[in-house]
Amino acid sequence: MSALLEVNGLRVRFNEKAEAVRGVSIAVNKGETHCLVGESGCGKSVSALAVMGLLAKGGIRTADTLSFAGQDLRGLTESQMSRLRGDKMAMIFQEPMTSLNPAYTIGSQMAEVRLRHRGGSKREALDRAAALLGRVGITAPGLRLGQFPHQLSGGLRQRVMIAMALMCDPDLLIADEPTTALDVTVQAQILRLLMELQAELGLAILLITHDLGIVARMAHRVSVMYAGKVVESASAEALFAAPTHPYTRGLLDCVPIPGKIARGAQLGSIPGTVPRIPLGFQGCGFRDRCAHADASCATGVPAQSRAPGHDYACRLPAGWTTEQAA
Amino acid sequence: MSIRKIAATIGAVIVLGVLLMAVFAPLIVPHDPFAQDLNLRLVPPSFMEGGRSDHFLGTDQLGRDYFSRLIYGSRISMLIGLATVITSGLIGITLGMLGGFIGGRADMVVMFIITCRLSIPLILVALAVVSLVGSSLTVVVMTLGLLLWERFAVVTRTTVMQVRTLDYVAAAWAAGCSRSHILLREVLPNIVHHLVVVATLEMAIAILLEAALSFLGLGVPPPLPSWGLMISEAKDYMFFSPWVIMVPGVSLFVLVLGINFLGDGLRDMLGATRDA
Repeated sequence: MSALLEVNGLRVRFNEKAEAVRGVSIAVNKGETHCLVGESGCGKSVSALAVMGLLAKGGIRTADTLSFAGQDLRGLTESQMSRLRGDKMAMIFQEPMTSLNPAYTIGSQMAEVRLRHRGGSKREALDRAAALLGRVGITAPGLRLGQFPHQLSGGLRQRVMIAMALMCDPDLLIADEPTTALDVTVQAQILRLLMELQAELGLAILLITHDLGIVARMAHRVSVMYAGKVVESASAEALFAAPTHPYTRGLLDCVPIPGKIARGAQLGSIPGTVPRIPLGFQGCGFRDRCAHADASCATGVPAQSRAPGHDYACRLPAGWTTEQAA
Repeated sequence: MSIRKIAATIGAVIVLGVLLMAVFAPLIVPHDPFAQDLNLRLVPPSFMEGGRSDHFLGTDQLGRDYFSRLIYGSRISMLIGLATVITSGLIGITLGMLGGFIGGRADMVVMFIITCRLSIPLILVALAVVSLVGSSLTVVVMTLGLLLWERFAVVTRTTVMQVRTLDYVAAAWAAGCSRSHILLREVLPNIVHHLVVVATLEMAIAILLEAALSFLGLGVPPPLPSWGLMISEAKDYMFFSPWVIMVPGVSLFVLVLGINFLGDGLRDMLGATRDA
C-alpha cells in the first residue's frame, strides 16, 4: 500500500539565493503520526507549507514525487489545490491566539469551512460545528458558537482550531507546532485529544515540533531535519533507542531528564546556529557545528541505513561512539 | 462616563441632528428658502434687537429666511460629505488593497499613483476643473471624490500589509479560501475600524473644501443655499449685520467638530472589541 502523503526530493528555494529545503523525503501513512523535528529555521514549516502549496511569494517548489491519496499535487492548479486545502488536508497553526479571525464568531468561521467545501445549509454546518466542538472537549458548544475569539482562552482556541480542521473529515492533518504557545497542562490535553481523534478517525498527522518530549509521546515515525535536509529518519522507538546522526544525538543531549541529570550538571548543547544554505551547497550542512567532521564532510554525505526503515545521512558508521569518532 | 465618551456622544448627536435636518428639510423649514422679500432685508435674528418672531435667524441681503436657508444648506454639506467619502473611499480602498495585498510590482504602481496624487495641488486643480466645465453640485462632488482618496489608499495599504501576514489569514489560505474571499471577508473586516476614522476625517475635509470652493465662487452655484456660499455672500454685510456670517460659520464649525468627535468615538469603540 502506498502512503497517503508521499514526498520525495522536495526542494524549496527563495530568491535564487537561499535554499530552504534541499531534497526532503517524507511518507505519512493513514492512521500514523509522522513527526518532523529540528530547531528553528531548519525548514520544517517551509516543507509543510510547500506540501500545502502555501509558500510565501517568491518561494519555488520542486519535487520528484509529491502525491496525496494517489493524486499528483505538482500538476494541480491553484483552484484545484484550494479545493483540497481545508477539505482532505487540513492544517493547524502554532499561535491559537491569532489564528482565528477576530471579526467573526467561532460558529460562522467553522460553518464557513464546511459550506465552502461541502455546501449544504448553514444550519447543518452549525450543527456539525457544535458536534465537533463537543467532540474536542468544549463544554456548552452552543454558547461558544456565538462567541468571538477574544472571549476564549488559548487552549480553547486551539481546540476550536482542531475542530475547525475536522469540519470536512480530512485524511491528513498538518499540525505546525500546535502546542508551543500553550502551557504544559493544556499541551498534554491537546496532544491527548489529537491521539484520540487519530484513533477514532484514522487521521494521518504530520506533526511539526522542536520538542522531543512531544515526539516521544506522539510519533510513530520521526524525521529529524537539519538545514533543509532530513538527516535521520526512523520509527520513534528506533530513534530514541539508537540515535545515529551526530545532530540527533546532540538534540537528545539537550533535553534534561528529571532524576537522571544531577542538579548543576552541564546540559548538552550544540554550538552555533543553523547556517543559511546558499544554492549549490555541497556536503554536510551540519559540518561546521559537528565535533566529528573531517575533510570528506565538505564534499559529500553518504546515505546510510542502520536497519530497515532507519536511515541517516552521515559518514560515521552505524554504531559509532564518541571515542571511535574522535 | 469619560470625557472621550461624552465627546463621542455629543458628536453623534450633532451629526445625527444635521442628518435628520437635511433629510427632512422640506418638512421643517418655516419659509421657502428661495423666496425673496426685499422689504425685509437683513432682519436680525429674533433674539436680537430689531428681530422678528417669524424669522428665527433673521433674513439675508435679499430678504430670504436665514433659518430655512441654513437647513437647506445642511443638505448640500451632508450630500457633498457623504458622496465624496463614498467616491474617494471606493478609489482609495481599492488601490490600497491591491497594493497592500498583492505587493511587489502592483504595490510599486499603487505607490507611484499615490505619490502623483500627493503632488497635485488640490485647490488649484479644483479651480481649474470648475473653470473648465462650469460649477455644479456634481462637478464639485466628482472633483473632491477623485482628489481626496489618497488618505484612504495609504491607510488601507498599510493596514492590509499588517493584516495579511497574520495567522488567521494563513489559516484561511490553509482552509482553501480564494484570494477574493480572503481579501473581502478576512482582511477587510479587520481594517474597517481604521477606515471609519479616515472616512469621518475625509468627510469633514470635504465639507470644508466645498465651503472654501463656494466661498471662492467656484463651488455650488447660487441660489443653492450652501453654507460656504452663504458665508461668501455675507462677507459684504458682516460689519453691520455680523450674524449673516456668524450663523453659517458657526454651523460649519459645529458640524465638522461633531464629525471629528464621532470619528474618534467610533475608533475607540470598534478598536476595543478587537484588541482584547
